[in-house]
Amino acid sequence: MASKTLYSQRDPMLKRDGFEDILEERRNSSDLKYALRCYAPVLYKGVTPCKANMLKNIVLQSDQLHYVINKVSQESGKAPDIIQEEASVILEEMAHRLQISTVRFFAFALTKAFKTLFQHVCVNEEGIQRLQQAIQEHPVVLLPSHRSYMDFLLMSYILYTYDLALPVIAAGMDFMGMKFVGEMLRMSGAFFIRRSFGGDKLYWAVFSEYVKTMLRNGFAPIEFFLEGTRSRTCKSLTPKLGLLNIVIEPFFKGEVFDVNLVPVSISYERILEESLYARELLGVPKPKESTSGLLKARRILSEDYGSIHVYFGQPVSVRSLAQGKVNRSKYNLFPRHIPRKPMEETQSFVNDTAYRIVRLQEDNMVLKPWVLMASLLLQNLEGLELSVLTEQTVWLRGLALSYAAFLDWPDHAPTAKVVSSSLALHRGLACVSGGRVSLVVGEPLGPVTPEEALFNRAVSVLSCASYRNQVLHVFLRPAMLAVAMHTAASSKKNDVYNCFSFLWDMFSNDFILCPGDTVQDFEEACYLLVKTGAVQMPQQDIVMTDIGQPTLSFFNGLLEPFLQGYQVVCRYFCEEASEGLTEKQYIPAVRSFAVKLILAGNLRCYEVLSSDMQKNALAALLRMDAVTKVKVADQVTLIVNKMAVNSIDNILGGKLPTQKAVLARL
Amino acid sequence: MKWNGWGYSDSKFLFNKKGQAEFTGKRYRLSGMVLPSLQDWFENTFGASVNHKSPATPALNASAVPPARLNKAFVEDLKATGIPFSHEAEDRVFRAHGHCLHEIFALREGKKFERVPDMVVWPNCHNDVVKIVELACKHNVCLIPYGGGTSVTSALECPPEETRCIVSLDTSQMNRILWIDEKNLVAHVEAGIIGQDLERLLNESGYCTGHEPDSMEFSSLGGWVATRASGMKKNVYGNIEDLVIHIKVVTPRGVIEKSCQGPRMSTGPDIHHFILGSEGTLGVVTEVTMKIRPIPEYQKYGSVVFPNFEAGVACLREVAKQRCAPASIRLMDNEQFQFGHALKPQVSSIFTNFVEGLKKFYITKFKGFDPHQLVVATLLFEGDRERVLQHEKQVYDIAATFGGLAAGEDNGQRGYILTFVIAYLRDLGMDYYVVAESFETSVPWDRVLDLCRNVKERINRECKERGVQFQPLTSCRVTQTYDAGACVYFYFAFNYRGLADPVHTYEQVEHAAREEILANGGSLSHHHGVGKLRKEWMKESISSLGVGMLQSVKDYVDPDNIFGNRNLL
Repeated sequence: MASKTLYSQRDPMLKRDGFEDILEERRNSSDLKYALRCYAPVLYKGVTPCKANMLKNIVLQSDQLHYVINKVSQESGKAPDIIQEEASVILEEMAHRLQISTVRFFAFALTKAFKTLFQHVCVNEEGIQRLQQAIQEHPVVLLPSHRSYMDFLLMSYILYTYDLALPVIAAGMDFMGMKFVGEMLRMSGAFFIRRSFGGDKLYWAVFSEYVKTMLRNGFAPIEFFLEGTRSRTCKSLTPKLGLLNIVIEPFFKGEVFDVNLVPVSISYERILEESLYARELLGVPKPKESTSGLLKARRILSEDYGSIHVYFGQPVSVRSLAQGKVNRSKYNLFPRHIPRKPMEETQSFVNDTAYRIVRLQEDNMVLKPWVLMASLLLQNLEGLELSVLTEQTVWLRGLALSYAAFLDWPDHAPTAKVVSSSLALHRGLACVSGGRVSLVVGEPLGPVTPEEALFNRAVSVLSCASYRNQVLHVFLRPAMLAVAMHTAASSKKNDVYNCFSFLWDMFSNDFILCPGDTVQDFEEACYLLVKTGAVQMPQQDIVMTDIGQPTLSFFNGLLEPFLQGYQVVCRYFCEEASEGLTEKQYIPAVRSFAVKLILAGNLRCYEVLSSDMQKNALAALLRMDAVTKVKVADQVTLIVNKMAVNSIDNILGGKLPTQKAVLARL
Repeated sequence: MKWNGWGYSDSKFLFNKKGQAEFTGKRYRLSGMVLPSLQDWFENTFGASVNHKSPATPALNASAVPPARLNKAFVEDLKATGIPFSHEAEDRVFRAHGHCLHEIFALREGKKFERVPDMVVWPNCHNDVVKIVELACKHNVCLIPYGGGTSVTSALECPPEETRCIVSLDTSQMNRILWIDEKNLVAHVEAGIIGQDLERLLNESGYCTGHEPDSMEFSSLGGWVATRASGMKKNVYGNIEDLVIHIKVVTPRGVIEKSCQGPRMSTGPDIHHFILGSEGTLGVVTEVTMKIRPIPEYQKYGSVVFPNFEAGVACLREVAKQRCAPASIRLMDNEQFQFGHALKPQVSSIFTNFVEGLKKFYITKFKGFDPHQLVVATLLFEGDRERVLQHEKQVYDIAATFGGLAAGEDNGQRGYILTFVIAYLRDLGMDYYVVAESFETSVPWDRVLDLCRNVKERINRECKERGVQFQPLTSCRVTQTYDAGACVYFYFAFNYRGLADPVHTYEQVEHAAREEILANGGSLSHHHGVGKLRKEWMKESISSLGVGMLQSVKDYVDPDNIFGNRNLL
């Protein structure tokens, strides 16, 4: 049963499928022929595909929409016809216009691009077979990880290649800015949603009914990104629940027998947007998507981006997941076409499911040797002897494998070769000079201020961190345990657990930690560390073994930037934050506080400059009630409880046992 | 009557030497006929073969029946009243079961019985029942009322944990119409009367009740009251709760009845509703006053073919909306339509054959109906001739707007035959490794389609998961329409070859199907009742407070649990 695989403790010997390179065939045959080949995918229970216009009509005539239209009309005093017209306009702006000719165009163009950009595009064909089966049996929702703009074109490209039904994809409205490209994407199956439409009932109704109609009728698999946006850090983002709620609801209401969720893990050896992301995190605003911008991106075409691995996970049946968790008969007493806030039971189920799916995505992310090397380099910012790096990479490889990492280590290649080719591919990030490997810092033009130098260094650290981040999910739980052992007042299991649980709570915006799983995660961490011999647990204690030192210190080093980063944020709140600090001012203020510290030589952690970490730290402090938001007029102000923030700072620094902190919070 | 199957001993389906199916006896329209297409349908649908037989044990094995635990003092006192009784094994076993699959299967297999009634009594009138109940209370004997024995909810099963003497109270001798009141159009009838006898006797005076549950050949008036029965023609005559004017019930606390026969009362909650559906847990229904109607002048069957189930349901919904449902309107899904077709008797003339062929051609080729999608609604109109014809036109006009095509009286009538012979067909299936059962629910209109689809899918899935090697037959029909919803009736059957414990597998699947029904907004039961089969869902269905209310009535009326069949609660 799917639920079993999803909820069981992670099996270190996780069985995974092998990969096939889909570019290989493309390199040996005509791209045009490929783009024009016969395409006849099987659909859900053999339904005939539905024309985009017919779909719109079904949506506009649905009871669900009628209800909301009448309601909005009553509230606003506008005639229902006018609201109906508005709904129609919204739908027009939203709806996809999937056309096979456009898909063929993309198939042709992308083949050309892929062949220049990438060495391989690898897909697990068994996953494709499972997907094909699932599509015929139940409505399918594809849930890929999101690291690059490439993701959804890539997905459609793969499904086209394997003659599977093309998905309709929820895309952010910002794409629409790119006139021509936006329309092209629309014709390849994208539908566009506004980024925020909080209170707009009509918009929500049109949107959710549009998605549900496609799902109920099984016209096409629905695809969206649980993470909501591209992860700029290469860590998985905590899931957004809106769309997942929408696609699961038809199951609870009995409108479909089941819904299959298919996690898809897309791993890039090198991400196209690599340095763009780092700059964005450092506060250079992201360029507005524009067609000309995309054309400029053409220079990207001259570089080598290694390979892509796409892993289609086991379809997860919502029905089996919900078994015993959600009582569907609670939906019996309310008309199904009237929109309702999901019940608490449902909400927590959807939340839980979302987290588990993201973890499944993480599990099947393919890691390259460079990811391990980046993790080591970041712990040695002053550089490493090549031989030492090689030796440690080999050691780390062993560790990663024993923690069930999905490592793509070339077969039968000497380690030195593996290391050197990784360095070659990432020569923009690291270089070897005089037998030492160190991070490359972009050479600025002309004279530079100390701030600019710092900024350049930060770009390379953050870029490198985006690789280290890819391995974090493998080591996260044992690493938190290592830190907890380090900071706990004693080696008593209870004390260590308290520490662990504090960290778990603290970092639950930065990492994917399933709500309510603290104990399970703790046990998993203990199990893994004991299994690999780094830790032993005599009676009620947790202690390091004789051979545990390298592992534990690596783990401590791995999380060090996060601990430091959060501490800097705490210190900012205690020392620098002024009364009436607004939410908007927060990020630039923390950034300049950190810059000051680094320039003064009091801080060596560059990662705190990342707006991602700053936001997550704030979210954690808000969650722990150390900082509270107050809305004054149009501004959101942050009110700081300095005592509480200070004690959190002290625990993170290991100066205060966890128990006290809990008291301080109260 | 058969001791280990449905109905009359002379009527049964069998495959003759030529491998053709025939229905023996003289009682039914199909009796004595050869049904040439049944074998193909049977073999193709179930993957069964007429060569693989699973015959029943020929006779009751008396040693498999536990000895009677008689309460001597009770027997002595009972003798004194002169009310006939018996403790023969056959009599006791016959009243130890209803017609659930597991009950019939056990009889056929000659399984050992865990608990059966220790004796059977046959009261002749209300006063006899009063005496029996008094004696039962006096000697702490457990009473289980027995009417027609057609229960499909394990309601007649004796609780194995019951240590007292269990007495089956058979009402079959209380079968008289006591009076007919033509001014008010009511009849006062003893509750043991069997449906078809009641109808026949009333017909002699020019009246009918119009209450025709599918089991009416064998089920009793008292049983209808005790289970909240529903009849095929409820659209004209109403369900049992609409038909009943007055009920007399003997309980351990005494006799319950109202003091008048006013057609409607505002006197607190209607006490009839404690009795209706009480499933023999409170007492014995002895006499009932019920509405009667003059026999309708004209009756006409009809049928409509729809391109698919969705269109059919939409049409029935519209008919219900316009409140113009004929006496009966049922929508059979494609599987049931094909099933019905397999029961077509041999056509004697080439001409009929030709006409049939033409009809088929017209519907499938000319009108483009997919033979694997099309469904048929069967209709029964009643009333004076002119009104019937008018009514018929109205219904056919509505049907046409949903793509329905009139498909003749014959098809309609055949649909109703299926319901009377279906239980005989189950016996045939069991001779060839096929187990089958039916179950029902009621559901709001907007959920009918979703419920039907999900329940079928759930059954298919559960069968697969539980190792059933052949595709099961799952079929449903919308069998009653109401203002706010419909009653849906499911048939479910599978070939059990290769299964160690087919009955257990069957029960697991039925359990899952019921869960699916409840999750999709269906009720626990529309008319079969709860019995012991569905007790576990009562709390969920009517809330624990609701169960508590019923329990407190039980505790007051029957503090010593004399009526100890343990149904319902």
